Amino acid sequence: MVRKKRVVLTFPHSLVDKPITYHLVKDYGLVFNILKARVTPREEGRLVLEIEGERKNLNKGIKFLKDLGIRIEPLAQDIRWIEARCTHCGACIAICPTQAFTVDPKTRKVSFDKKKCIVCELCIKACPYRAMEIKF
Amino acid sequence: MAKTIKKINEKIKRGKAVVVTAEEIIDLVKKRGMKRCAREVDVVTTATFGPMCSSGVFINFGHTKPKIKVGGGKVYLNDVPAYGGLAAVDLYLGASALPDDDPRNRVYPGEFRYGGGHVIEELVAGKDIRLKASGYGTDCYPKKELETKINIRDLDKAILYNPRNVYQNYNVAVNLSDRVIYTYMGVLQPRLGNANYCSAGQLSPLFNDPYYETIGIGTRIFLGGGIGYVAFSGTQHNPRVKRTSKGIPRSPAGTLALIGNLKKMSPKWLRGTSFTGYGATLTVGIGIPIPILNERILRFTAVEDSQIYAPVIDYSKAYPLGKETIIKEVSYAQLRSGSIRIRGKEVPTSSLSSYAKAREIANILKDWIRRKKFLLTEPVAPLP
Repeated sequence: MVRKKRVVLTFPHSLVDKPITYHLVKDYGLVFNILKARVTPREEGRLVLEIEGERKNLNKGIKFLKDLGIRIEPLAQDIRWIEARCTHCGACIAICPTQAFTVDPKTRKVSFDKKKCIVCELCIKACPYRAMEIKF
Repeated sequence: MAKTIKKINEKIKRGKAVVVTAEEIIDLVKKRGMKRCAREVDVVTTATFGPMCSSGVFINFGHTKPKIKVGGGKVYLNDVPAYGGLAAVDLYLGASALPDDDPRNRVYPGEFRYGGGHVIEELVAGKDIRLKASGYGTDCYPKKELETKINIRDLDKAILYNPRNVYQNYNVAVNLSDRVIYTYMGVLQPRLGNANYCSAGQLSPLFNDPYYETIGIGTRIFLGGGIGYVAFSGTQHNPRVKRTSKGIPRSPAGTLALIGNLKKMSPKWLRGTSFTGYGATLTVGIGIPIPILNERILRFTAVEDSQIYAPVIDYSKAYPLGKETIIKEVSYAQLRSGSIRIRGKEVPTSSLSSYAKAREIANILKDWIRRKKFLLTEPVAPLP
């Protein structure tokens, strides 16, 4: 069974210069898409990945990463919609590349679908009420 | 029998007035017809909730012992500079004022997380605000420095006075250049990446009274959650623009200057607002009732998004250079559909003013009138 996961990897500085994602492809046959990357030399690296593969391989690949000392968190924890601050104006709608925000045609209220979010952060700059928060 | 504002008010006091929102009237007219609705409906409520930079508050913070004269000196609220060039302890804080040490756009694009609009939101919310003032000292006002906390409940007066609100129509902003631009119309992606608009359309006050036949100087309104009044025509008020056959302006036209007691307002309807790369401002909630005095006035309130058009303007070049050529006109119905077609490209649209909140305000005002808490007013003088 093929599964897909979106995860945030945090690399300790000792691993920043190692070709780790390469092993995910070569040894575990996983397909990945880098959604976002931030590497600070001599400090740490953070990578947002969408990984896809056979369930068995996916679990093995993740174990491989964990054994190396990489911290793995699900992506959804990283972006937060503070509904109390949201005015439902819709400034986020057109800027989002994955249509994670939608306006209900009846209520005209905005909703945010975390599953569609790729943490590109465009909405953070676009929201005039600072209703989108990032923890990355 | 012709209706008058006086007669409508009598009906409101008896709890008999028929009040609907500018959204509800559209279907009602379709169902019952213009004539019957003109007879039966007494008031149509309109509203808007959007960022309006020409907003601010007058504050009188009371005399200190010994006394200080801020006029000619300097005054700050939570480090945001206010204007003190008035009498001893009067000041005006504008929505877009920024702390002196805010980096602004030196680190581009600036965040503008805290400015005058945010101070106003916190003040209305009942939070303590740090006031720092300096004066030059006179024989009758010897004190030169003041650092204290003020709270809205202790203030002698706090008055919201906005020189320009409720724009009748507004531009649709796009970016024809090759780089991202940060504007007061939001973040605009290059090469027609998105289109931003800012109006409540069919719910917006001045679209429902396009020739200002009922809204005038002195009109009582919902302002920031409290009661306010139309003080005057707003700055840049310009009724002489091209209009549709139904009288709707095709570009930014009329504006209103508004005034009201800040002490009775709510942070829910006065929101500090930050536009990345542009600045801080205040989002203001406004609701204006329209008395249905005759069929002509009713006809105007039945306007719908598909009949209201806004000009699409390039904010990368045409707008900053002051050469606003109109790329295209689009209706608010098209804008609300989620995308518009410009130069062969399907461009996603975003609104900066909240239609959901405008609807909420129109319903609150409707409720106030139904519960006899709000009476209509005759304008003291018409708008130009």
